[in-house]
Amino acid sequence: MHGRVKIKSTAQQEEEKRKEKEKKLKAFVSARDAVLKKRSAGEHDEEALQLTRQLLSSNPDFATLWNYRREVLLHLETLREKDEVQKLYESELHFIEACLKVNPKSYGCWHHRTWVNTRLPQPDWTRELGLCDRCLSLDERNFHCWDYRRVVVKASGVSVEQELQFTDRLIGSNFSNYSSWHYRSTLLPQLHPQPFHSHRVCEEQLLKEYELSHNAFFTDPNDQSAWFYYRWLLGRGVCVCVCLELLCICEDTSAHPMLCVCVCVYVCVCVCVCNLDDLHVCVCICGRSELSVEKSSVLQAELQSCNQLLELEPQNKWCLLTIILLMRALDPLGHEKETLAHFQTLKEVDPMRSTYYSDLCSKFLIENTILKMEYAEVRVFSLSNKNLTTLCHLDQLLFVTHINLSSNQLLRLPPHFAMLQCLEVLEADDNAIENLEGLYHLPKLEEVSLRNNQICKLSDLESLASCTKLTRLDLRGNPVHRTAHIESELSQLLPRVTALSL
Amino acid sequence: MFLLYFKTWRIPVLKICCVHFGYCVFKCVYFSVRHDIACHVTVCSFKMAAEDLPSQFDVVILGTGLTESVIAAACSRVGQSVLHLDRRNYYAGNWASFTFNGLLSWIEEYKNQQKVQITESEQVWRSLIDEGEDVVPLSSVDSSISNLEVFCYASEEEEKEEETKAPLTSCQPVNAETVSEETTGDSTEAQDTVTGDDTTASDAKTQNEEHEVSEPEEEQHTSDISEPSQSQEEKDSQPISSPADPPVEVEKKITYQKLVKEGRRFNIDLVSKLMYSRGALVDLLIKSNVSRYAEFKNIGRILTCRNGKVEQVPCSRADVFASKQLTVVEKRMLMKFLTFCLDFEQHPEEYQDYTEKPFREFLKNKKLTENLQDFVLHSIAMVTQQTLTEEGLKATQHFLRCLGRYGNTPFLFPLNGLGEIPQCFCRMCAVFGGIYCLRHSVQCLVVDKASNKVKAVIDTRGQKISCSHFVVEDSYIRDEQRQSTAYRQISRAVLITDRSVLPSESDQQISLVTIPPLESSAPAVRMVELCSSSMTCMPGTYLVHLTCSSSGTAQEDLAPVVSELFHVSTIPGEEPSEGAEERSKPAVLWVMYFNMRDTSALDSSSYSLPSNVHVCTGPDGSLGSDCSIKLAESVFHHILPDEEFCPPAPNPEDIIYDGDGPQAEGPGFDESVNTEAEEEGAAHEKNPSTEPAEMDSVADTTPSSEE
Repeated sequence: MHGRVKIKSTAQQEEEKRKEKEKKLKAFVSARDAVLKKRSAGEHDEEALQLTRQLLSSNPDFATLWNYRREVLLHLETLREKDEVQKLYESELHFIEACLKVNPKSYGCWHHRTWVNTRLPQPDWTRELGLCDRCLSLDERNFHCWDYRRVVVKASGVSVEQELQFTDRLIGSNFSNYSSWHYRSTLLPQLHPQPFHSHRVCEEQLLKEYELSHNAFFTDPNDQSAWFYYRWLLGRGVCVCVCLELLCICEDTSAHPMLCVCVCVYVCVCVCVCNLDDLHVCVCICGRSELSVEKSSVLQAELQSCNQLLELEPQNKWCLLTIILLMRALDPLGHEKETLAHFQTLKEVDPMRSTYYSDLCSKFLIENTILKMEYAEVRVFSLSNKNLTTLCHLDQLLFVTHINLSSNQLLRLPPHFAMLQCLEVLEADDNAIENLEGLYHLPKLEEVSLRNNQICKLSDLESLASCTKLTRLDLRGNPVHRTAHIESELSQLLPRVTALSL
Repeated sequence: MFLLYFKTWRIPVLKICCVHFGYCVFKCVYFSVRHDIACHVTVCSFKMAAEDLPSQFDVVILGTGLTESVIAAACSRVGQSVLHLDRRNYYAGNWASFTFNGLLSWIEEYKNQQKVQITESEQVWRSLIDEGEDVVPLSSVDSSISNLEVFCYASEEEEKEEETKAPLTSCQPVNAETVSEETTGDSTEAQDTVTGDDTTASDAKTQNEEHEVSEPEEEQHTSDISEPSQSQEEKDSQPISSPADPPVEVEKKITYQKLVKEGRRFNIDLVSKLMYSRGALVDLLIKSNVSRYAEFKNIGRILTCRNGKVEQVPCSRADVFASKQLTVVEKRMLMKFLTFCLDFEQHPEEYQDYTEKPFREFLKNKKLTENLQDFVLHSIAMVTQQTLTEEGLKATQHFLRCLGRYGNTPFLFPLNGLGEIPQCFCRMCAVFGGIYCLRHSVQCLVVDKASNKVKAVIDTRGQKISCSHFVVEDSYIRDEQRQSTAYRQISRAVLITDRSVLPSESDQQISLVTIPPLESSAPAVRMVELCSSSMTCMPGTYLVHLTCSSSGTAQEDLAPVVSELFHVSTIPGEEPSEGAEERSKPAVLWVMYFNMRDTSALDSSSYSLPSNVHVCTGPDGSLGSDCSIKLAESVFHHILPDEEFCPPAPNPEDIIYDGDGPQAEGPGFDESVNTEAEEEGAAHEKNPSTEPAEMDSVADTTPSSEE
């Protein structure tokens, strides 16, 4: 028909494409072989540059070729005048730029570019910064470019203020950008240095940053990047202040040198004094520095705005988690009930991580119980009926003689349970404990109650043999009682146990 | 851009002539005083008609507006022979864009038409009618424009500075310019002229070179002009072209003379529309590859006017994040609502109770603050107080789906004005063999009495051309053929101002401003402010389009909004007072009001015409062009039920040329566009068609990277 354009059929097109591909492949392979041959012959000439150039411009990820190029360039450098060297490397930069257009995330290209700039007699950092900016405007999350940019900024001495503005701009165009937020967190302490606290940020700037992150997470509460930054910010105000000092004097340290290690609840200073002579165990919690009034009022305000967001987004996990952390920083005991309720919601809205939340919740509950110990009897420690899934901070319970873990959801008594060297009585009824490896070399342990747990095999009880003072053992309601000859086997394994309940 | 096209689009030589013919005409019209070239067009079309115009076509299309042009392109693309006519001397009808001087001629034409009543003689074509044939006469007068008013507030004084510079022979270069273009336009080697003219659009240097080719043949020139009075006015007002124009400074006052002299830099649209980046038009441009004929710019921001203050509407995620006017809670509420709208069909429980109630009430129920309700209703959904909930939700959803495809707002604007778009489709039609004649209309249709179908048309030259389908724009239809004349009106205002309504860091942004009704009875007004980088106005000025559905004349509807947002001096030409309050608003240099008929509500039942006559309604009042594109598609499927609508143009490499030798390998079109875009560093001026091309080039390198 008149005016109709005749078009090749798909078979024709495919055939042509296939031929084209074959031709390209052939050319590539022969060029590659030629280059490798030249390299093994140790030829470092212009032709080598030319050949690698052809290959790299179609495939910039060929690391060997970049290496060869560096060898050639280093060789040529020795032969030429300074001006020519400058020109040589400048043309190299142009070439890399072309390669970056082919693959903007090529490790080889960026690495080579960094190298070229170290060889360049007069590097043009402004140009390099411009290149980075262009690259990041096309893909703001190109971490290769971010890395390179850091090198450029360092070398060219761009002011911190300018860099902060740069992150402002990138966050403004799309705030789902970890790189920018993280970069900010490294810039702010530099911009507002605080005497004595190298990682803190001045109050005024902090408030601005809080506002920025509010804007981000109120706009899109499901975006994690701003929440992470926010948590970092909150940390600038809190962590260093909260400090639990612990003084512990341990017994029998020669047998258990690990007892000297003390770790605190928060990032804090720790004092540990071991009195080798005194066998009497005593512990005193020397004091716990409180939040300064200004800091806690800032945190209080932050808690309020998060609660405001929670009202609008009752299902948002990032908001819930941040609220929990804020509450803990402010008043862990006073907010205990709310915290538990929030953990419950968290487990429902984010079932994929429910075990993580349970563990975290256990940790907080144990911390709270430890805090309460400041005011109460310290030898008896009860954690019963708290839905614990994991045990932690055992290092702070070294002096405890009587521990009650009943009615939790513990699966095991972990190896570090053996830290409780003073333990005399352990109650752990109504859990799901299968593994007792932590009940090992506890010299004072006399009585263990493990009713209604999941101990199945006799071998699970083997570690108890190392507890020399153990006389009472309650194993009622465990699958292990079904094992044949269990009583005789047990009396063989634990001859000192006089009161055994099965 | 156009230059590139000629280099790389490889089609048989014969066809190129055809393209050039069609093309050269409209390009010349673009860059010269319009009515001068009009004569040239007539000459050409006359020749065509007398010597070449075949007597038989598959489809004859009358009118070159968007709908007709799309139909022409679609029919021609699938091998139909198409004759495309327009009675005007320019393309695109009411969709056209004019240079400032071109617009002045258009205004003059309108005024003349009001005075002169054309008597139509039926004698000429009576003899061509056979027995068993009936005749349906068409209208020769376009009455779709009314209530046109023009006011000039720019100083009409001569510029003193230039006066002293100017030589005494100030009048001559003007004539020389027009004549030289006319002569080159006539010559057969039109291609050079086209490309040359093309570059002059932005390159004043070339223009000046043209001035130097002075062949003052004043007599011949004036005799060619159709409206002598207009030409006189222009000659007077177009005083000098100094060899080296200093760049326009912001400080400098812009006079009327300056506007006229720089008139070529303007591309003033009669219809003000934007392109939704996922709207029917953009989809069609991409699908049919017509997008390669045009370039686009993003709308930079969406503004609204509340309590007399212009402020930015936060519509994208980045806007909401950065907004200083919203509280954090408002931010959350807005984002939550917008996220809901994006897939509102999935949550019918949220809006079920409101399907019969207005959208406004639904917004209230959603606990959006008044602030946010206004934003959503007027600026995002862009619906009225009465619009029902579901429609409002759909409009919001459409807006949101268009966000982020090409930038931070949902809209694109074609560089050089909206009039480019119909021309792009005409061009595609010409590429596939369509024949174009401007200033050439149809007097009447010849209807076969037995079948009640049009079998031929008789053109204005008295030639009988047979066709199987006839497509016509509404304004060519006589009232006798109408069943209903219940059409609406659109009120339009076109302003040239001296600065932006909301100055910001970048002065080169296109802004869409939605203005809620000042009084509850008044219609909502939509305003588009174009900057000079959109190639629609001279540097230092802004071109502002106001549109609303009419309740009175355009001036009655829009003048209150104009005086609300702009400084309008009381005496034309008076310098705006330097008072602090008044100067906070941009000054109006020139303004035009008119009403345009909106026939979009009419359908085939509104006309008593044969079944193979397809009427295309003119532009509608909405912001997008979806209505026109959908109409074009439905007309096309009426004509050719089994053919695909605008299938993608084939890859140039896959076209088989019979009789032609192997073509020289030029750079592919898409590649050139890419490099061009990179050179300009114009990340926001994306050509939709380049995306797949980039993908291809990446794919091509895979064999080597597998090594």
